[in-house]
Amino acid sequence: MSEQAATGGSNLLLELDDIHTYYGSIHALKGISLNVGEGEIVTLIGANGAGKSTTLRSVNGLNHPRRGTIRFRGEDITTKPAHEIVKMGVSQSPEGRHVFPRMSVHENLEMGAYHRDKRKPEYKEDLERVFTLFPRLKERESQKAGTLSGGEQQMLAMGRALMARPSLLLLDEPSMGLAPIFVERIFEIVVEINRQGTPVLLVEQNALMALDVATRGYVMETGHIALEGPAGELKTNEQVRKTYLGED
Amino acid sequence: MTETSVPSPVVVHRRPAVSDRLRWIFGALILLGLGYWLISAAVDEPERFAQVTVIGLSNGMIYALVALGYTLVYGIIELINFAHGDIFMLGTLQTQSIFADGSLQIPLLFFVISVPLGTAATVSSSGLEKTYAIAMALTVSVVFCLAINAAIERIGYKPLRGQPRLAPLITAIGFSFILQGIGLSWKGEGRIAIPQLIPDTVLIGEGGTLLDFGSFPYYTVRDLMVLLITAPVLIALTLLIQRSKPGKAMRATAQDRDAAAMMGISVDRTISFTFALGGAIAGAGGVVYALYVGTTYFQLGFRLGLIAFTSAVLGGIGNLSGAVLGGVLIGLVAAYNDGFGDARWTYTVIFTILILILVFRPSGLLGERTPEGQ
Repeated sequence: MSEQAATGGSNLLLELDDIHTYYGSIHALKGISLNVGEGEIVTLIGANGAGKSTTLRSVNGLNHPRRGTIRFRGEDITTKPAHEIVKMGVSQSPEGRHVFPRMSVHENLEMGAYHRDKRKPEYKEDLERVFTLFPRLKERESQKAGTLSGGEQQMLAMGRALMARPSLLLLDEPSMGLAPIFVERIFEIVVEINRQGTPVLLVEQNALMALDVATRGYVMETGHIALEGPAGELKTNEQVRKTYLGED
Repeated sequence: MTETSVPSPVVVHRRPAVSDRLRWIFGALILLGLGYWLISAAVDEPERFAQVTVIGLSNGMIYALVALGYTLVYGIIELINFAHGDIFMLGTLQTQSIFADGSLQIPLLFFVISVPLGTAATVSSSGLEKTYAIAMALTVSVVFCLAINAAIERIGYKPLRGQPRLAPLITAIGFSFILQGIGLSWKGEGRIAIPQLIPDTVLIGEGGTLLDFGSFPYYTVRDLMVLLITAPVLIALTLLIQRSKPGKAMRATAQDRDAAAMMGISVDRTISFTFALGGAIAGAGGVVYALYVGTTYFQLGFRLGLIAFTSAVLGGIGNLSGAVLGGVLIGLVAAYNDGFGDARWTYTVIFTILILILVFRPSGLLGERTPEGQ
């Protein structure tokens, strides 16, 4: 992706303002502020335990922050329950895929569109779109999701999230545990999804690949945002290269 | 580049441990022994064997209806709802009120509100009156038990969500005793008679109106009644869970609660729905029991609930088909032991089975060690 948007610009879709999230008494997020604009791929990179997934869980309503505000299209969603946030147009492919193992591939995709009217033509269109993006899912349509390979389950989790016809797609570690050939394919698809008009907030440990496809990036360190900027700049940043890209 | 590992399913071929083999040998011996006992009973007294089998199947269907409630709730929040058997008991008491007084009764602590719905029905009432009474009992008992189970969930379990699993379990035991107390103050402590609307006219067997042969009554109108109510309930439940939107939400929530929330499913509402559904099935079970068995009492739910729970574990707790299979199997075992063994030992036999399952096959006959399995 080129760097057409240096910051979120005026069309802010998602805004996190000084978010503090806890797991019991553990202070996991210590004041996270970030934003995602229309049309962007924004990546959140950082080491294990930096709070990347917690940031997504704060956004999608599974783990409400204690302080700070989260706005989606200007509306405060900080304490909205998860199922209502989905209906507003934020859908997620979770870390570790979390497909429904004893449902077929088709049923999993259907669950992705749970809050939508299945009789409308848009549903069929979206199903076709997912099958075009992931032809493998079409081949495995009636197979139980639990019997798919890791890469196929990742595709299914992403396809299922797309079935919500989201205005913002949250992707949590889509490349985790996948063979290199699958990793490349997954990132190509992320770009393709974005090109078709869906903004993406991408959490990744694979910093190099993530910065390759992203417009902008945030680097997280133990509950803080350590660095932020256009993906191209982060990629050449010495600190990032040392810590996350494994260069000495 | 960070390392990427290839996820290949690890297939481990290992030789079964000695203890595994011993378990298989022991299990096989038990099955062979049981088989020998049953076959010799069937050869010696084939006609009585047929009659006992029918009784076992009918009782088993009642156990299955109650077992479904345990398994539905367990499948979705891994809670053994110990109050479930007592919900079923209240269903039998409500049915008794409708048959004996023709009224719907709402038990409050020290008095009972009676709402007349019709006249008392007896075995000599007209067909229309009986049909009305049974339809009324089904409706009232189902709604009554649904409401109680939903209320218990709202008051006792919902506030404990996210707490250690022991907390709602203790609440469940508490509610079990509270419901027994309600039953006690409602109908008294003794066994009470339920007017029998369905005559035990023999359909198949000695003097049967459909098939007259043999020297034992095999299949009566009451057995048919059990089947006529249970089968549609099971079919409706299966369709609901497989096809309907709330059913799919239930399955999704049982398989992965966080992922279900991410699909836009209200997990809280789905759990409440599951309790309501379990209560409704217990209500239907109460009516079937009342039609098939002539008496009930306030502690019925404790004993029958334990048997039904054993059925659910036998079939694989969390598995719906397993609950039905387990219910029917336990019904048959109990009937064979009553008929050919010693009725005083029936509970011992049933709970020995429970222990053996837990030791040899903790996941049950159809269970995959996963909640809800289809």
